Amino acid sequence: MVQDNGKEQTLALKLRVWRQRRGQPGAFEEHSLAAVPTSASFLEMMDMLNEQLIKAGKDTFAFDHDCREGICGMCSMTINGMPHGPIPGVTTCQLHMRNFRDGETITVEPWRARAFPVLKDLAVDRSGFDKVIQSGGFITVRTGSAPEANNIPVPKPVADEAMDAAECIGCGACVASCKNGSAMLFVGAKINHLNILPQGQAERDRRTLSMVKTMDEAGFGNCSNYGECQAHCPKSITLDVIAKLNRDYLRARVKEFFSSTGKPSKGGD
Amino acid sequence: MALTGLVLAGFVLGHMTGNLLMFKSSEAINAYAAWLHANKGLLWGARTVLILSTFAHIWVGIQLALENRAARDGGPADDATRRATIASRTMPYSGVVILGFAIFHLLHFTFRTIALGGATFAEGDVYKMLIAGFSCKPVAYFYIISMLLLCLHLSHGVSSVFQTLGLRNERWRSRLDGLALAYAWIIALGFISIPLAVLTGCLK
Repeated sequence: MVQDNGKEQTLALKLRVWRQRRGQPGAFEEHSLAAVPTSASFLEMMDMLNEQLIKAGKDTFAFDHDCREGICGMCSMTINGMPHGPIPGVTTCQLHMRNFRDGETITVEPWRARAFPVLKDLAVDRSGFDKVIQSGGFITVRTGSAPEANNIPVPKPVADEAMDAAECIGCGACVASCKNGSAMLFVGAKINHLNILPQGQAERDRRTLSMVKTMDEAGFGNCSNYGECQAHCPKSITLDVIAKLNRDYLRARVKEFFSSTGKPSKGGD
Repeated sequence: MALTGLVLAGFVLGHMTGNLLMFKSSEAINAYAAWLHANKGLLWGARTVLILSTFAHIWVGIQLALENRAARDGGPADDATRRATIASRTMPYSGVVILGFAIFHLLHFTFRTIALGGATFAEGDVYKMLIAGFSCKPVAYFYIISMLLLCLHLSHGVSSVFQTLGLRNERWRSRLDGLALAYAWIIALGFISIPLAVLTGCLK
């Protein structure tokens, strides 16, 4: 936003930022930050705050970030109670300060969920997601030279649906926004991505059962269809993936229950 | 939750349509009640399924509520809600009130250990029993409030059944939400019509 005199608008902000050391109780710290350009991203504003703290000889705030172009899924702040802030469909790094008012008080917290313990300040441990992926979020292939791309035809609608699910960047905003701390949107996205592609068929049922089991063991909550995850997902993944996850899970459980043992039962003929 | 909820949501529809015989005549509702009690197999079959579903629904509901509370870990200090409905957020609370109502309702009209309304329940005369029962104003108001909460509970629950069974998508979500809301209102208004008719003197 540019003013008439050609100079960029700036904001003076009051920040309530969460301070916590691993395993200890945390609390909010209040800071004032002046001359924040409206074109700055939220993470650049946090960098300004940290520079101010360094100059004053104080401890900086730890926060996760990497690509800063909205595709890596590292940034993870709850801003005024909303994961990734007030604008739907964007990550924290793509949230710009022009969406805030001069003089506003902004509350910055880490993701809040039992499965995402705080490492330091705003950085949380999201290895629960890694465990879910390790338990089935892949397609087992022999490594080596790349196979001929057209060996396995993928119908266009299937490819589109898989790509929609594959948009998930695994940031954890679904868990942080869910009032049950549930990871169903994340797991649903991963399962949909792989379960509908021809390459994913061989491990479909095993993948579904295993990822859901790992999800439960990692301490995530259950889905009760609030829809908050979809409303806060920076990639606008829809609840469709959860419905499909439920369907695939039911199917896999039924198939497992009635699976053939390959042998006649005792007393059978 | 979905399967047991489906049984219970189906039951309230049957119960409600049966009740509406009140408006036909006293003979109609009494004959219906007598028919139900004459078919012991049907009555106890339905009761067994209902009792099992109710206990399973409550047990799983409590378990989920406790797990979910623990998983949330307190939540953000500055919590914001974008689209979760009041109905979805109050399911455990509306559920508890409906359970309390169901227990009272059974003691009142099935076991008849609570004789509010000062009625002497003549065996077989369901019509008179209901008129006497709802003539007691606190009973009628509690009944109406509980049915409105049942409406709230069903509006979220019925739609969620489809999601849990994997039979919902972005296109059908709003339609199914509308269908669930319509179903919930039909059930609630059907039930409420009887105490309301007694209170206003339409049924005597």
